Amino acid sequence: MRADPADYCYFSPGNLIEALGLLAKDPAQWLPIAGGTDVMVQYSAGKLVYRNLMNIWNIPELRNIEVSPEEIRIGAACTYTELRKHEIVSREFELLSRAAAWTGGIANQNRGTLGGNIANASPGADSLPALLVYGAELTLISERGARRVAYADFHHGYKKTALAGDELIREITLPRRFSEYFAHARKVGARNAQAISKVCLAALGQLVDGKVHDVRIALGSIAPVPLRLYETENAVRGRQMDGFLIEAARKVVTKEIQPIDDIRSTARYRAEVAGNLVEEFLEKLMATESSA
Amino acid sequence: MRVPTQAGVRAEIAFTINGETKKVIAHPMARLLDVLRNELQLTGTKEGCGEGECGSCSVLLDGLLVNSCLIPVGQMQGANIVTIEGISKQDAAQRVQEAFLECGGAQCGICTPGMILAAVHLLEKNSAPTLEEIREGLAGNLCRCTGYTQIFAAVAMAARRIVSK
Repeated sequence: MRADPADYCYFSPGNLIEALGLLAKDPAQWLPIAGGTDVMVQYSAGKLVYRNLMNIWNIPELRNIEVSPEEIRIGAACTYTELRKHEIVSREFELLSRAAAWTGGIANQNRGTLGGNIANASPGADSLPALLVYGAELTLISERGARRVAYADFHHGYKKTALAGDELIREITLPRRFSEYFAHARKVGARNAQAISKVCLAALGQLVDGKVHDVRIALGSIAPVPLRLYETENAVRGRQMDGFLIEAARKVVTKEIQPIDDIRSTARYRAEVAGNLVEEFLEKLMATESSA
Repeated sequence: MRVPTQAGVRAEIAFTINGETKKVIAHPMARLLDVLRNELQLTGTKEGCGEGECGSCSVLLDGLLVNSCLIPVGQMQGANIVTIEGISKQDAAQRVQEAFLECGGAQCGICTPGMILAAVHLLEKNSAPTLEEIREGLAGNLCRCTGYTQIFAAVAMAARRIVSK
């Protein structure tokens, strides 16, 4: 059933204090809407559970990108276009700017927001594996105050998050300590733009004297939540980088993930591709030292 | 603190459309696409998929390409919107339209207004796009007739003509 706009209440508070006041008064009754690229799809299909929508697109506090020597803080309602255009994001957070370029077409990048992608909690969002490997933290804000949570602890299960009924995501913080790492991102989908991934990978790594000094690997679309491959990382960290290590890592990947069957792909296909993508990343990481 | 109005109540929303200031009385959650077509009779903007995948409903909002099916009209208070009817008066858009005609870039016509807007939006930011950049700029606009080759050729032709003018 198509939605009838007369059934919905819409309110545009225009500033953060008023928005948080409304959420404190009626917790879990208001669905924040920014660019609408997820919310309006559910709304038009008549699948929106909420009947009250709160506009946060025009709240200035949610649209800033602030850079300090240690970190970058991205307002939750910053769009993918704004991320792609930002100098520090494109220079130091290549995985995030690549993911931003993969998200939808230009029109959706002009409206879709990083905070919206996080709150919507789709396991297929291309930006989320990047947030995992960069060790992102989220600032959640309500009238009760602000709290910072690791993004890794935010998604509990399919479409389940740590966000309380009176909270908004205010900003996403990324530490600026990975700019020297080798970064690799790969999306496998039916089509590069617009199509949602079957599997996507974001990974960072650093070799020192032929050994894996550090490695951080995450996959999207493979499980109900974006997945950091800790076991695979531990299996290679500190080891001599060679073909045997890559082969061993691939076996750990297969054990570590339990992929999902859904409309876009099968578990078997995803497991195979996940192994291929990790292998490809490690091979490229190996080549960084031999070519240097 | 302001109090939200209840569901079912229409609101007055004022915005600039194709250079003219307009006020509409509408449910804030009505889609911009429906307000354009049904209230303002601007039927050049088409509905394809209705879920932001096909780009038929593209318009320029404050200078940026957007899908009007994904925007509640309540968010349009104070906005500046340009539709295919408005952009057609601009020189660059006319070059794009001519190139579409010459290259066979328009067939059934449903995707064409969105394609023209996406092309103009691209050329405003990048006056000499490569084929790869044209493909990326138009990736959110689907066409079931042309196979895209003629459309990409048209955008490249328009780019050359706009620059050489």
